[in-house]
Amino acid sequence: MVDAKDPPLLEIDGLSLTYVTRAGENPAVRGVSLTVRAGEAVGLAGESGCGKTTLALGVMGYLGRDCRRTGGAVRFQGRDMGALGAEELRRIRGSEIAMVYQEPSSALNPSLTVGAQLMEVPMIHGRVTGPEARERAVRMLADVHLADPERIMAAYPHQLSGGQQQRVVISMALLSNPSLLLLDEPTTALDATIEAGIVELIAEIRRTYGTALLFISHNLGLIRQVCDRVVIMYAGQAVEDGGVAQVFAAPRHPYTRGLFGCMTLPTAGRAARPPIPIPGQPPPPRQRPRGCTFAPRCGHFVDGLCNRAEVPMEKVPDAGPGHHVRCLRWRDAGAGERARQAAPLATPGEEILRVEGMGKDYVVHDRALGALVPGAGGRRLRANDGLTFSARRGETVAIVGETGCGKSTFAKVLMGLEAATSGRVRFDGADVGRVAVDKRTRRQLRALQMVFQDPDGTLNPSLSVGAQIGRAVKTLGVETDKAGIRRRVLRLLDLVKLPSEMAAFKPRQLSGGEKQRVAIARAFAGNPAMVVADEALSALDVSVQAAILELLTDIQRTRGTTLLFVTHDLGVVRYIAHRVVVMYLGRIMEQGSTDEVFAPPYHPYTEALLGAVPIADKGVVHRRVVLKGAVPSALDPPSGCPFHTRCPRKLGAVCETETPPERIAGAGHVIACHIPLEDLAAVEPVIKGAS
Amino acid sequence: MAVFVLRRLGTMAITMFAVSVLVFLLLEISPGSVATKVLGPYSTDEQRTLWLEAHGYFQPLWVRYGNWLWNFVNGDFGDSLRFKVPVSEILWPRLANTAILGLVTFAVMIPVSLVLGVAAGMREGSRLDRAISVTSIVTTSVPEFASAVFLSAVFVFWLKWLPGTSGMAEGFSFKELILPVLVLVIYDMGYVARMTRASMADVMTTPYIRTAVLKGLPYGRVIVRHALRNALIAPFTVIMLQINWLLSGVIVVEFFFAYKGFGALLLEASLNQDIFVIEACAMVAVFVAVATQTIADVGYAFLNPKIRFG
Repeated sequence: MVDAKDPPLLEIDGLSLTYVTRAGENPAVRGVSLTVRAGEAVGLAGESGCGKTTLALGVMGYLGRDCRRTGGAVRFQGRDMGALGAEELRRIRGSEIAMVYQEPSSALNPSLTVGAQLMEVPMIHGRVTGPEARERAVRMLADVHLADPERIMAAYPHQLSGGQQQRVVISMALLSNPSLLLLDEPTTALDATIEAGIVELIAEIRRTYGTALLFISHNLGLIRQVCDRVVIMYAGQAVEDGGVAQVFAAPRHPYTRGLFGCMTLPTAGRAARPPIPIPGQPPPPRQRPRGCTFAPRCGHFVDGLCNRAEVPMEKVPDAGPGHHVRCLRWRDAGAGERARQAAPLATPGEEILRVEGMGKDYVVHDRALGALVPGAGGRRLRANDGLTFSARRGETVAIVGETGCGKSTFAKVLMGLEAATSGRVRFDGADVGRVAVDKRTRRQLRALQMVFQDPDGTLNPSLSVGAQIGRAVKTLGVETDKAGIRRRVLRLLDLVKLPSEMAAFKPRQLSGGEKQRVAIARAFAGNPAMVVADEALSALDVSVQAAILELLTDIQRTRGTTLLFVTHDLGVVRYIAHRVVVMYLGRIMEQGSTDEVFAPPYHPYTEALLGAVPIADKGVVHRRVVLKGAVPSALDPPSGCPFHTRCPRKLGAVCETETPPERIAGAGHVIACHIPLEDLAAVEPVIKGAS
Repeated sequence: MAVFVLRRLGTMAITMFAVSVLVFLLLEISPGSVATKVLGPYSTDEQRTLWLEAHGYFQPLWVRYGNWLWNFVNGDFGDSLRFKVPVSEILWPRLANTAILGLVTFAVMIPVSLVLGVAAGMREGSRLDRAISVTSIVTTSVPEFASAVFLSAVFVFWLKWLPGTSGMAEGFSFKELILPVLVLVIYDMGYVARMTRASMADVMTTPYIRTAVLKGLPYGRVIVRHALRNALIAPFTVIMLQINWLLSGVIVVEFFFAYKGFGALLLEASLNQDIFVIEACAMVAVFVAVATQTIADVGYAFLNPKIRFG
């Protein structure tokens, strides 16, 4: 399909883009070269801040006032984009090159209907009349598999779900049949099940329209699914490029190898392939070292070689056409790599948390006139319904499910931020389900702490690290005198493996991973029996995630802390959880030990979650499962089994009318499903041949 | 949306009621002083008692309030002590004059300041933006009395183009309206322009404007169709608040140009302790304030589809 002799559709040639600020120049993209041929899909991978998005906007010629092109060129169909006038550039944008963005909710104009936003594309570029544009827009919405296109046309963006919004953005990009589509992290803001649907759509677009893609993602699993070739970026430079087959089979650059090595995979058990964190973090633009920018984090660094001069891209011989690597020591990169042995998980002790039939309802007042009548009440939103599970000392229990499944609501009830409506939450002997956080005893507060998703938002920007941890130590009554608090703070910093000098640092002086370590230190100030981690890793780059995971499991092993991991990342779950609770629309669909949940018999929803994860590992046979539609509203949940509206294995009427029985598949392994266990057990595993 | 409007109207009614109680209590709590104000300092105690009785001042407070409110909503505000005519006879013409002044000011100021604000916010940091921003700070920081003196000096005494007072003694004269309007426009324009600029600059950095540009829309269409509507939501509230300011905040300008408007009336009534005029003026001012706020809230909700179709 892709003919190498054709002139490339897009040719980026040594492009350098620099942000000019008052503080100085921040080079964001440094001499990146890449080509995209007609119909080809090229992936652009790397961690946040490596210059991926700036590069994409540079291709579109859309750089802010403070960003300059300091070198190189972008050629599209042979035309130098930098030499085009504003009017010529405008004609190319949206018609020949179109873009899809990371946050579909903010990429659409909130005060125009979807229809108005779609129709203007053909009206401007195709010079067609209103009715014709309308017809094309409706057809395109149907092509991206949005049910009821007429209704979508009339809707405002906020009336659609995230997945629907992204399909609208994609249809907008496709309306003028572009030859190149730039996708900037198009699924990062979406749930894995929705992501799987969008990825399938992108593949379909390539087949039907032959559109070339420049696909930007930090997720190597997605790149593997979507792309033919990949460019790995680090600190503004391309450090490795080549065919997906070659790069994924034999990555050459130590950074690429590190990226593969630090991922937690849902495909392999804990012992099989523990993630290896990449030490350190990417250098800020003005502190990049001489020579190889990856040198400070690299295990193969040789003084006097790697830091002498700029390292050129070098062709990797015998690796098929066009595999290049920016490393002087790539021949040795595979050798002497640490083959790590994962320390065993802590052994759980006696039960500490027992949730029995816990339910949480919210009353929602709608905007109908009837809501004005006092006492008319509102509709009940059942966020948690009949949750029953337990956790033991030193155990890690993961709660997984899509956005809106009620996992965060449960965490709030447990922490005393919300009161349970029914049932019991017994923690360490006492029912805390209806005890608000300010009514809890100091002992209870100490025993139950939380680590949040966004470390930026949870640390006070004007207090030093030491002061924040010290405040927790003092409030929880662990130490009272100044010297004691200080000693305790230093011990806690040591616990999270931060140097003691950092006690004087302000949060802004820390990296994301370091901030999260501070948040963990604060949570452990009172030596808690249980810590709730609500998506505690998802705001961090993969290279940092592995190290934080390691830290948490280490602390758990030495202190016997129970961890409640609320997450959507099944790779993380597989690696650290003893047991897994799978939730959907406020109810538990399946629970059991990690090995039980990751192998048949599965609940069909668990199967779908596993089937939606993009897998970067080439040695794995992965059966993809793509769910239709989005999670139904909790205000109006489906009757019977809440999953029946999307279930690929739905039996029939019984699923719609009757609450599914809890089938016991093993000690502690419970599946709430109408399908008999034998049939569930006979299901082909989603993931096979784990390395 | 209907619920939202009804709620706002309900809040408005409650606010008006609370304010009416306050106004009534503050001004009429001591019947003795009311009689003194009405009959003058040289009246006898007997005369005052007779007057108080005749006007029902010995009834319980809540009955008096009820009567007062009933008369009030029926347009009977009592008699002016100074002009010895029903308050409504003075109030309505004065209000009409201020409305004329306000409308003309609005008609000039809003388009000018919106255009300036949008032009400045469109390209934040451009030369045009800086020029407009600096000018609007300067005009807003000059108080009305200063600009009134300055403009009079130029147009009345030096160029002799315009009359120095706007009493409208020989009926309505557009010429007499020019200077007061100019002073008000100069003072208020910068403020509205700056609010619009800030809102516009904000909208121009949003991802959906990026989407619109990268769709290949012409720049004019990006501005008019995608940016304007969102950028005008925030200034709309500010603009509605200016109505309130034009009613009671223009005392200086009305007084300076001897313009017979509402602000001047308020000032005269206060100076003369013309109690029933003060009451009526206070209630009108509060009503306008609450009403414009309500319209601002409802309009804001209407302009913002996230609230309208929430």
